[in-house]
Amino acid sequence: MLHIYCPHCCEYREEEEFHAKGQAHIVRPLDPDACTDQEWGEFMYFRKNPRGIHHELWVHAAGCRKFFNVTRNTQTYEIKEVYKVGEKPTIVAE
Amino acid sequence: MSDTAVETPNVMVMNQLPSSEIVGESPLHHADLASAAATKNEGGVHLRENALQGFLTLRLNPENKDLLASANAVLGLELPTKPLSSVTEGATTARWMSPDEWLISVPGEAAFDLETAFQEKVDGHFSLVNSSGGVTTLVVSGEHVVEMLKKSVPYDFHISEFPAGKVVSTLFAKSSAVIRRLDEQAFELIIRRSFADYIWLWIQDASREYGLVIKND
Repeated sequence: MLHIYCPHCCEYREEEEFHAKGQAHIVRPLDPDACTDQEWGEFMYFRKNPRGIHHELWVHAAGCRKFFNVTRNTQTYEIKEVYKVGEKPTIVAE
Repeated sequence: MSDTAVETPNVMVMNQLPSSEIVGESPLHHADLASAAATKNEGGVHLRENALQGFLTLRLNPENKDLLASANAVLGLELPTKPLSSVTEGATTARWMSPDEWLISVPGEAAFDLETAFQEKVDGHFSLVNSSGGVTTLVVSGEHVVEMLKKSVPYDFHISEFPAGKVVSTLFAKSSAVIRRLDEQAFELIIRRSFADYIWLWIQDASREYGLVIKND
């Protein structure tokens, strides 16, 4: 079980209360009609699957129901950092 | 530009309570807690249903101080802005649910009046929803109540981590619950009405080794 710090409730909670929502920082194309099929397909379907540092979106589903970002090491499961939506991560993969 | 410049559309407010001749039934009406209360009076876990309370979910941006102040004036209390805290003033309790959301409980028949007054007097960008029909309240207490809760909830119930007045929105036996500590050995559980029967059965099972006493007052 992961022990996750919720930046809105300001305390650690069990993983059971959260849902993982996949890769964070996916930017929707500003003008979808002007996208090529490849650009739109990459936005819709293609996700990173790194070994090591990964930025993920999580939601505190049973608690405050707010979304936030988690920087996690996919190899060790260690959570490096938790930050709110709209903020930039301080820890990034080299 | 302030939020008060936004024109509030007329919000339809409906009194969810039928006329006084129709008796209200809580989601645990079928469990007949009144009869169960007569059978046993010693045990480590005490349960009482605080039936038919009124619940209002309020959402607004607390950064907007004018809006917050006018909301506080109508509610007659200071909405808590510290995470996981609650404020009680008379019969009204406001619980912090998220940075821009509060769960307010009032006596059942007062919910509609408060809702109407709020819509009339508060001007700005907010949402107030009467969710009274969606939940019920259980008050659990007794010397073994913490042991019973530890079996059911993935949260630390030590008094240093969970002092009286703290509100934790979490899972009770995998169903969502808002738990507030009333004092060292008493907790208030706000549970979904559709899970009320399941939780009632769960509490009976989890309390079996300590003895469950149903209170009815």
